[in-house]
Amino acid sequence: MAKPKIATASLAGCFGCHMSLLDIDDRILKLVELVDFDKSPVDDIKKFTGRIAVGLIEGGCCNEENVHNLQYFRENCDILISLGECAIIGGIPAMRNNIPLKECLDEAYLNGPTVYNPSGKIPGDKELPLILDKVYPCSEVVKMDYHLPGCPPPADLIWKALVALLENKPMDLPYEVIKYD
Amino acid sequence: MSDAIKFTIDGVEIEAIPGQTIMEAADEAGIYIPRLCAHKDLLPFGSCRVCTVMVNDRPQAACTQPVSPGMSVESETEELRQIRTNLVEMLFVEGNHYCPFCEKSGNCELQALGYRLGMLAPKYPYMFNKHDVDASHPDIYIDHNRCILCARCVRSSKELDGKNVFQFVGRGIHKKVAFNSDTDLAATNVSVTDKAIENCPVGAILKKRTAYAVPIGKRTYDSQPIGSDIEARKAAAK
Repeated sequence: MAKPKIATASLAGCFGCHMSLLDIDDRILKLVELVDFDKSPVDDIKKFTGRIAVGLIEGGCCNEENVHNLQYFRENCDILISLGECAIIGGIPAMRNNIPLKECLDEAYLNGPTVYNPSGKIPGDKELPLILDKVYPCSEVVKMDYHLPGCPPPADLIWKALVALLENKPMDLPYEVIKYD
Repeated sequence: MSDAIKFTIDGVEIEAIPGQTIMEAADEAGIYIPRLCAHKDLLPFGSCRVCTVMVNDRPQAACTQPVSPGMSVESETEELRQIRTNLVEMLFVEGNHYCPFCEKSGNCELQALGYRLGMLAPKYPYMFNKHDVDASHPDIYIDHNRCILCARCVRSSKELDGKNVFQFVGRGIHKKVAFNSDTDLAATNVSVTDKAIENCPVGAILKKRTAYAVPIGKRTYDSQPIGSDIEARKAAAK
């Protein structure tokens, strides 16, 4: 029987959650015995090669491309998991949510004290994904099945969640693995 | 103690002094009942309802309900754990609680209750209400995004500091902490040494220039669940 597939994505995140996934250390050898890694920045596979058992999403949605990618994951994954605070609530990028978008862009590209921008324009190339008015948690865009909190989620939490899912057993959660920061 | 009152919490017999609340008697006996608005130095208030227990099968706030002889109190049941978790989750979605960049993280009682109750993420949708920050005072700032309306600052200022700096205004979802001034916090007689500042359970009232002094791993609730100090009394008594 073919091994179940895992896919991961980093949307509006910092890749810290992916670093935490690598922090499971030598257990990653056990993990590749249990699963195959499919579309993921870890192996640079760009397109899904089949049905995915578990999708791990780092980061919320700050632009159009994030939304499309997240919807693509939802269509192809049986179980979709918010990995970390940005996916769950928007996290650090959501600090801009109470400031109008135009003010954010003006500060970043025109008025900021360290800005050097002789064109005096805000980047608007059509190749750039359209930025959203706010940063949205993944659960406001598609249905998310589970949430693993933390900034980043502790490696032990990711490991316990994956093993519990793959072995179809309840998750054992010691006090130390639930953290929101 | 001839006038001691005997009652039970989760089947364990407890002795209490007449006039004590269920929470005070439980604390002395080393039984932790989760709470947010209750504070040992303040009068009972009963607003957060996180300390809800079943008293003879009726829900009561343990922080306000006095003990009476023979009462049967249930606290650690699956139903009450679920009610407490729901309350904590509602507080998380009503405010804007971003733990990764909050100075109080690791020392926050709301966060610590989430940890203790095993909350991974709130099941309710985030409301993303808009709230203000008042940084006018030279030593203190107030971030209403993180306020849980426990009234600890209101009560501490009145009961402990003798000042009355804080009070609630508005009702329902519009309720918020306001200051005893026509303009901002700087125009009040609040001081950084006030108990009202110290007793905030969350990151709503903070002292400036004190952030992130304790490294991750050594903060109050990093490895010890909230209530461990109370539960240690039981272990010490054995």
